Amino acid sequence: MFRALVNFYHRLGSPPHFYRISGKWIPWLIGIALVMIAIGWTWGLIFAPTDYEQGDAYRIIYIHVPAAWLSMFAYVCMAAAGAMGLIWRMKMAEVMAVTAAPIGAGFTFLALASGSIWGKPMWGTWWVWDARLTSELVLLFLYLGVIALDNAIEDRRIAGRAVGILALVGVVNIPIIHYSVQWWYTLHQGPTVTKFSSPSIYWSMLVPLLIMGIAFMIFFAGAWLMRARNELLRREASKRWARELPEAS
Amino acid sequence: MIEVIWATLRRDLLLAVRNRTEVANRLLFFVLVAAVFPLGLDVEKGLLQAIGPSVVWVSALLATVLSVDSLFRTDFEDGSLEQMALSPQPLTLVVLAKVLAHWLVTGLPLVVISPLLALLFNLPGTDMAVLAGTLLLGTPVLSLLGAVGVALTVGLRRGGVVLTLLVLPLYVPVLVFGANTVHLAAAGADTSAPFYILGAMLALAVTLAPAATAAALRISLNG
Repeated sequence: MFRALVNFYHRLGSPPHFYRISGKWIPWLIGIALVMIAIGWTWGLIFAPTDYEQGDAYRIIYIHVPAAWLSMFAYVCMAAAGAMGLIWRMKMAEVMAVTAAPIGAGFTFLALASGSIWGKPMWGTWWVWDARLTSELVLLFLYLGVIALDNAIEDRRIAGRAVGILALVGVVNIPIIHYSVQWWYTLHQGPTVTKFSSPSIYWSMLVPLLIMGIAFMIFFAGAWLMRARNELLRREASKRWARELPEAS
Repeated sequence: MIEVIWATLRRDLLLAVRNRTEVANRLLFFVLVAAVFPLGLDVEKGLLQAIGPSVVWVSALLATVLSVDSLFRTDFEDGSLEQMALSPQPLTLVVLAKVLAHWLVTGLPLVVISPLLALLFNLPGTDMAVLAGTLLLGTPVLSLLGAVGVALTVGLRRGGVVLTLLVLPLYVPVLVFGANTVHLAAAGADTSAPFYILGAMLALAVTLAPAATAAALRISLNG
């Protein structure tokens, strides 16, 4: 069993095998994600109870919260792939690290935009320099830095490894940024905004939220593989396996 | 071990001494940026005192980002960086010495001159000391993190803007604690906790950043 897993893992490291296997997985991943998003949103937006304080406006959490989760999850995935690329010099891991950044940046932007749309009716302002908002904004800048570095370096192998290092530095920094901002604001003036921090959330609100979280995660996996396949073709366009692909002829 | 640090430090300091104008220009840049702010504002004592520490800190950030590019640039272009990487001594120590040299000629002068800027912003004496103290702990972190960014971008022809994009988000924790500690001191609160945190950030940066910088340099050199 373990042997088979290791073999499978090593095969994923080879571009032609990765291309073939991911091609089979993508329709499933995207399909399952879409079905789950449909279930989660119908449940969350229509059937979940109205919040007694925030009315129906709270329903934006079914986009906002999963996007915020994924914005952090994608960064950790990128850093893990970057570390694998640096340690084992795996070409595929470098591809994965480079391709996770734009998707993560997209989720971060979605979290910020939906949060700001939510903040307008709730807090009366589009933007507050609150701890979570600030660290999410810095996360967006970190993603944009990774993308900028990746675009600036022409050699794809070097770009992949440079992105790996930057992602690792960022992953050490993210908790520091998060807690520095958070400690600071609690030290300084206390929470300025009422946060959505009540520990108990009613289960009929929670279940669709969790469904959405898993759905976004599966969607991320599918989108990530799609991007990785494109990047792989760009890097390996001159290789024999790529030219012999049925879609190339 | 100690010798390689000492030799690199000596070499870089000597280079800085021979090239005094560049060092002076960085300091001048720092002072100018901070001094331009009051000119663009409706000068009012309370407002100046309120924004003073933040302005000084942001100027220090910009001065570091601009100057840190020279850390490896010339050595990369004339090939001496490659020789350092090939030498049997660990590259991490060479990096540490180079960053120390950079801080001695860029960060330390900022710390020394910061009371003067504090005067321009009408900061009282105690705030002045706190500002200098936070800069003393914070500017080495800026140099260390900047070195990682430079090491990643040194192979690029126009790395300056990319470097800024990479490094500024990483500077956020230092800026938050650096500038706000002074505000805290101005409010009369106890500032030992943020000082400890700045010290912890410095310890972490000294431990991890040179290794990351050395790894990044090796990647840039292979290209």
